[in-house]
Amino acid sequence: MPKITEVRWHGRGGQGTVTAAKIFAETAMSGGKHVQAFPEYGPERMGAPLRAYNRVSDTPLALHCQVTNPGIVAVVDVTLLGTIDVTEGTPDDAIFVINTPEDPKTMRKNLNLQHGSLFTVDATTISLETLGRPIPNTPMLGALAKVTDVISKDNLIEDTRVNLSKKLSEEMVQKNIEAITRAYEEVKSE
Amino acid sequence: MGKQVAMTGNIAVANAMRQINPDVCAAYPITPSTEVMQQFASFVADGKVDTELVTVESEHSAMSAGIGAAAAGGRVMTATSANGLALMWEMLYIASGNRLPIAMMVINRALSAPINIHGDHSDEMGARDAGWIQMYSENGQEAYDNIIQAILIGESEGVLLPAMVGMDGFIISHSIENLELLEDKQVRDFLGEFKPKHPLLNINKPITMGPLDLQDYYSEHKRQQAQAMQKAKAAILKVAKDYKAVSGREYGFFEPYKLEDADIGILTLGSSAGTTRFVVDLMREKGIKVGMIKLRVFRPFPIEELQQALSHLKALAVMDRSDSFGAAGGPVFSEVRSALYDLPARPKTVNYIYGLGGRDLGISPIERVVKDLQEIHQTEKIKELVTHLTVRE
Repeated sequence: MPKITEVRWHGRGGQGTVTAAKIFAETAMSGGKHVQAFPEYGPERMGAPLRAYNRVSDTPLALHCQVTNPGIVAVVDVTLLGTIDVTEGTPDDAIFVINTPEDPKTMRKNLNLQHGSLFTVDATTISLETLGRPIPNTPMLGALAKVTDVISKDNLIEDTRVNLSKKLSEEMVQKNIEAITRAYEEVKSE
Repeated sequence: MGKQVAMTGNIAVANAMRQINPDVCAAYPITPSTEVMQQFASFVADGKVDTELVTVESEHSAMSAGIGAAAAGGRVMTATSANGLALMWEMLYIASGNRLPIAMMVINRALSAPINIHGDHSDEMGARDAGWIQMYSENGQEAYDNIIQAILIGESEGVLLPAMVGMDGFIISHSIENLELLEDKQVRDFLGEFKPKHPLLNINKPITMGPLDLQDYYSEHKRQQAQAMQKAKAAILKVAKDYKAVSGREYGFFEPYKLEDADIGILTLGSSAGTTRFVVDLMREKGIKVGMIKLRVFRPFPIEELQQALSHLKALAVMDRSDSFGAAGGPVFSEVRSALYDLPARPKTVNYIYGLGGRDLGISPIERVVKDLQEIHQTEKIKELVTHLTVRE
């Protein structure tokens, strides 16, 4: 069977999580992959927990069901950890990327995690320092470009530019790219 | 070859509409179809199309305005979902009875109550007797391809019928996938200029449309409508052939997959077809001779073609993403089973109602269907004719 990489995003409404999943898909497509990006739709409110998903494959994607066993989990909002099991359904070699100032060892302990590899990045601080607002989605993408082989940093910067230019000024686009680059450098491994 | 883009099913359809550039588009927003018209309204505002966009106060009015514009001689499109389609009910029959080739995108969604915004086929299946050509799409690419083809199918000589194209709400409408758009010019050349057959605006040949038609002629007109639907079969294949020449993508009434040497098979339509194909591959690796068939065209129902494609199977599961309460199974099942009745040898056929209100159809429930089919094949006995799948008991 063809290898399919599945990603599950955990965030809260207003943090750009759905946009992150969208840019992730577009970036993977720029790298020649077949892609899917889909949020889990429910009542949409600022601050409400939400999930979004990606599938990426070298061959056309037929699956149109939920992602239940994601190989990559991106936690955009660390305050979700108390209420949501972000490790649910993850395989032994899962990659976790968590937005937190803590180091990976502490987070592994907090999560009582026995498997996979865990990375942390202080995406909120990075977004506050670059964008001036707590929208950690683009730095999370920068971290994912570093720790997974699904998207490349160069493609990510290009696709972020294309995507955000539709809505944001050139200055803000540039600041998002700075956020990506910083997260790419600052993501911490165990 | 067109360019690969990543976009939602809704945005792909809005782009198809932009390229089609209909004369008139009347619509009223309803989730999950809203995004189609929202994007299309931007195209109108930006001058990307010449379309007269009519913002109406209800779906009933949307279809009414569409009927008026189509009768006048315009190429007309709209989009809706669920209760919006239900509110059009009366006008759906008037569009088809007046032989007006309107093209409508239906972003399939569950009908209320209880209120639910997610994808199932209860809306479009409920309109199956309304005299519209009906097609279903597995993904955004197919939705895009189908709605472009729907224009020409409906306008074909001898057909002149409205056509609706379904796409599963949220599962496809709000999912980003990569797909290929044709160049604008390719679409416009493919469609050509619309020459309405009997436009009301032709003052040199005044006609009456929609007059009283009692015992003396109503039956003949309905018979003509039924014949037009039969003629649509040839038009569907002709348009598919021409479309393949432009796009490279092939379409028919249905798409079989690993069906030829199969003992057991699954028939499905919409987005679940992809997941089912995935399961077929998994099962084939285990040596299980299972195949599948994705139904694209539900109206006109391709009876003879399905008979040919399915007659060799020993057991068949028909998947329905809507129920027909009190009937002998879901709507797709009733028709497929009826089509197989005259075959000297036919598969034992069972029905699964699944995915109502957007309930996920994952890999394991489809594996269960395959297991059931294997048992039916071995024992030659059906335990349960109609099963509600993906439901708590």
